Amino acid sequence: MSVSLKNTLLFALVFGLILATGIFQSWNVALGIFNMGLISAIMALGVNMQWGYAGLFNIGVMGFVALGGLAAVLVGMPPVGEAWAAGGLRVILGLVLGALTIVAAILAWARLPHGRMRALAVLAILVVGFLTYRWVFDPGVVAVEKVNPAGTGYLGGLGLPVLVAWPVGGLLAAGAAWLIGKTALGLRSDYLAIATLGIAEIIISVLKNEDWLSRGVKNVVGVPRPVPYEIDLQKSEGFVARMQAWGFDPVTASSIAVKLAYAGFFVVVLLALIWLAEMALKSPWGRMMRAIRDNEVAAEAMGKDVTARHLQIFVLGSAVCGLAGAMMTTLDGQLTPGTYQPLRFTFLVWVMVIVGGSGNNLGAVLGGFLIWFLWVQVEPLGRWLMDVITLGLPDGSWLKGHLLESAAHMRLLTMGLILVLVLRFSPRGLIPER
Amino acid sequence: MDVLNALVAFANFVLVPATAYGAQLALGALGVTLIYGILRFSNFAHGDTMAFGAMVTILVTWSIPLVFAWLQFNFPTLLFPIADWVLSPFGVAGGPLPTALLALPVGILVTALLLLGTDRVIYGFYRQQRAKPVVLVIVSMGVMFMMNGLVRFVIGPDDQRFADGARFIVSAREFKAMTGLREGLAFKTSQGITIVTAVIVVAALFWFLNRTRTGKSMRAYSDNEDLALLSGINPERVVAITWIIVAALATVAGVLYGLDKSFKPFTYFQLLLPIFASAIVGGLGSPVGAIVGGFVIAFSEVTVTYAWKKVLGYLMPEALEPSGLVQLLSTDYKFAVSFVILVIVLLFRPTGIFAGKTG
Repeated sequence: MSVSLKNTLLFALVFGLILATGIFQSWNVALGIFNMGLISAIMALGVNMQWGYAGLFNIGVMGFVALGGLAAVLVGMPPVGEAWAAGGLRVILGLVLGALTIVAAILAWARLPHGRMRALAVLAILVVGFLTYRWVFDPGVVAVEKVNPAGTGYLGGLGLPVLVAWPVGGLLAAGAAWLIGKTALGLRSDYLAIATLGIAEIIISVLKNEDWLSRGVKNVVGVPRPVPYEIDLQKSEGFVARMQAWGFDPVTASSIAVKLAYAGFFVVVLLALIWLAEMALKSPWGRMMRAIRDNEVAAEAMGKDVTARHLQIFVLGSAVCGLAGAMMTTLDGQLTPGTYQPLRFTFLVWVMVIVGGSGNNLGAVLGGFLIWFLWVQVEPLGRWLMDVITLGLPDGSWLKGHLLESAAHMRLLTMGLILVLVLRFSPRGLIPER
Repeated sequence: MDVLNALVAFANFVLVPATAYGAQLALGALGVTLIYGILRFSNFAHGDTMAFGAMVTILVTWSIPLVFAWLQFNFPTLLFPIADWVLSPFGVAGGPLPTALLALPVGILVTALLLLGTDRVIYGFYRQQRAKPVVLVIVSMGVMFMMNGLVRFVIGPDDQRFADGARFIVSAREFKAMTGLREGLAFKTSQGITIVTAVIVVAALFWFLNRTRTGKSMRAYSDNEDLALLSGINPERVVAITWIIVAALATVAGVLYGLDKSFKPFTYFQLLLPIFASAIVGGLGSPVGAIVGGFVIAFSEVTVTYAWKKVLGYLMPEALEPSGLVQLLSTDYKFAVSFVILVIVLLFRPTGIFAGKTG
């Protein structure tokens, strides 16, 4: 069987599974899986760039995804004028002061002559800078968070079209990645892993606790959408008449139409990214990346700047994850910092890349769709399995109740099993690297 | 008097909690560092191993009263008095110690069996293949998923409290009555047990590594695998013993953390970050480093997130008394502390404080 035929069959199988969901369950569920599958595929592309092209071990995907989500809020939501008047400038000034402190400390460390005086000077800059920052920043935050805390209590966004947020999400993630890469790249791969794990947790705690920025755990709801609302479609006479003429229920049809519109946007982004990634991989740059991955010492001897290339691809891959994060928040219409879990947003993406085939963009995309489908469908399957297992047990028995209740946790077990099985029997994934 | 009060407040809110937390982190980091030294990969499933060990211990703790009742019913003459005598110092029979300590050996045993099974079924294959360490790290991610799912499947994702026995060795009220100070010093039983157990476990571990033949062969294997193999050390035996020790360390750490705070599967997963930070800060592969790293991380976490208002209030003249909380960072950012210390150490001393393995 030729490679392309096998790949076509694999993709046909996955889309067949989604179609079957549409036929046997509901088209709403199927399209929901498809849309999140598209976003998952983009995340997997980002991780595949880092791991598959360059061998960088990034387990902070969740942080970059969340930063993308923050971008959707910061760009798409309308600004809260009252909050800006109350303390917006103080907050911004405080942040600038904080950043200046860190820059000044780094400069002092680099420029001053070595010795005890240097350490003292840097320490002094940090302490004074920190105190000034808190003195400027804290009252501003209090003032902002006091403005209608039940409804806003944050600075809001820029009020721009939400589509602008997608590239901005990429940029935010890229900025964070640059900072981490600058410090942690060039050290051992395990260290980069722990550093990214840590930064992801920090980003999530910032989103959870800095209410002036993202409303924290109060969540930002009603992020604007690039597509019409279902309720508006149901009110539009033209839409209702046409759907009825085609023999559809207007309510169901409206939600399907919205999902299809999202899918349209996402497919365009995914195809563009696949094309870009493939072109990059085939170019001399892509060959250089793989050469570095396969033998860093040899590549360095050939005059390649390994650390700089690593930084470059780390930033690019993280930007793709940020883009996916912004798209996801747009799809959800809300930013809920409490829902970002490392198992779901970091390690699941890793399962997608490994199962799909690391180093192969099509593989990562396939993995994204397949694993997301399983993530959603394993739960009802587990429930069904538990129903069958507990058939013989008397109703209301403790064991039966416990087993049925625990069925929801089957999906973690299944994902681990899939990852371990693939690594054991097909370590290069479903669509191996060429 | 004020200085004493300040000292007591400092001990109550910083010294004692940070020491207990540091001991828990050190035990966790020792497990990570041993696996790194012998099996040469960063085990991401370690947090969930701790959760598994703690879970088994909790289940056994819960079933002890049932066993007790069964003995009472079936063997009222000989066995029951023995059981009664064994149980008397523990919470289940009204004693001061938590019953979980009695269940601990069973927890260690089951966890050791699980880890040995995982090694046989999963990791062993990659050792034979001489796979790159990073492959093993990814495999451990899969194991992490499975263990996480298993723990949630068996005990559920919610909080479980299983601490019984006396709550305090010295409560704040008793301390105040005893010393006449305004500040109280509370010393929880869980904190005392944590510190004592950690000291015993660490002493036993170092005795084992430095004095016994098996321990020496483990260190030899960790230092230079090829030389160790040449001198006739059986690698499979070394690996198996490592897993058993790691199971013991992880279970003890997990149970102590659960006794001190509470048991929740997700918290154990989150402990991965401070534990790895401790191991790396101390120097991956160095047992002494893991212990020092654990205390460095714990003390910085607690001091940076503690509100110093009370302590400073005693020390400073009234006019200068701080108006705010004097808290450098809110407790929600405790992860940031482990992270920043990790980054600082890596920037200035990339192999950690006690120069661990570099390869």
